[in-house]
Amino acid sequence: MTTSLPGSGRFNFGTTRFERDMKAAVIVFPGSNCDRDCKVAVERSTGAQVEMVWHGDTALPQGLDLIVLPGGFSYGDYLRCGAMAALSPVMAEVKAAAERGVATVGICNGFQVLCEAGLLPGALLQNERLKYVCKPVTLEITNAQTRFTSGYGGRREAVMTVGNGEGNYFADEATLDRLEGEGQVVFRYRDNPNGSARDIAGIVNARGNVLGMMPHPDRAFEAELGSADGAVLFQSALASA
Amino acid sequence: MKAKVHVFLKPGVLDVQGKAVEQALHGLGWSGVEGVRVGKTIEFDLASADRAAAEAEVKAMCDKLLANTVIESYRVELA
Repeated sequence: MTTSLPGSGRFNFGTTRFERDMKAAVIVFPGSNCDRDCKVAVERSTGAQVEMVWHGDTALPQGLDLIVLPGGFSYGDYLRCGAMAALSPVMAEVKAAAERGVATVGICNGFQVLCEAGLLPGALLQNERLKYVCKPVTLEITNAQTRFTSGYGGRREAVMTVGNGEGNYFADEATLDRLEGEGQVVFRYRDNPNGSARDIAGIVNARGNVLGMMPHPDRAFEAELGSADGAVLFQSALASA
Repeated sequence: MKAKVHVFLKPGVLDVQGKAVEQALHGLGWSGVEGVRVGKTIEFDLASADRAAAEAEVKAMCDKLLANTVIESYRVELA
């Protein structure tokens, strides 16, 4: 299904103009519930063509510039959040694409899936105070040099919302030191809502092309939603593709 | 062969559920309770007659799916 939206096709933002039509895919797992949000967010903020890819598929569309793993409750959070989704057929293709350097973003449950799939270090634990947290959060843009944050320019903060019960990032001390030392911590909470280690809200892999984050850029892509800061993330990801 | 896999958060990982249960037990008057951990048990039948082979197989299952060894440890019982 394709939806025609204003601004689709080539897109201008700031001084960057995409040289060609960009293409993104949103992976849909049974129980994903932000998949449509992600599609609309990427379309409206970048003009890219977005295809929905079912978890049982064994191939991704050709020529992808961006892959998004959406939020939700894939496989009903059975066993552990993201554990079953990490083993679904399409994930072998997502891993291969990520290894080729394709920009890959996991949001919320998508972050959990990336950790379970071994594409990012660490894991997401139950929130420290056992509460599902759903609210806007102010994020420190800890590393503005990544391909996902370059568009924020000199900005130090972004506002997005979180909605999670298991968003408490955990990794052993050595891994946390390495993430900090290598600039892999991309976002931190100004006011930690879930007990995440070292206030971490989002990290990238060593190569810098796989981003996992608990806050939702897909719920912050237009001022009418309370913040348009999420749009910059998708724009940056595609500008660097 | 019957397999039972017990999965718990590792000792160094804060078990918020365990902590909440512990506080509730204290609230009920069992003040001597300490170190409550909430885990899960996964049971299944395994078509294997050889115990050593079964152990290796279940361990592989744990490492690949049943436990996330970044945060969890597991114990296998075979009977």
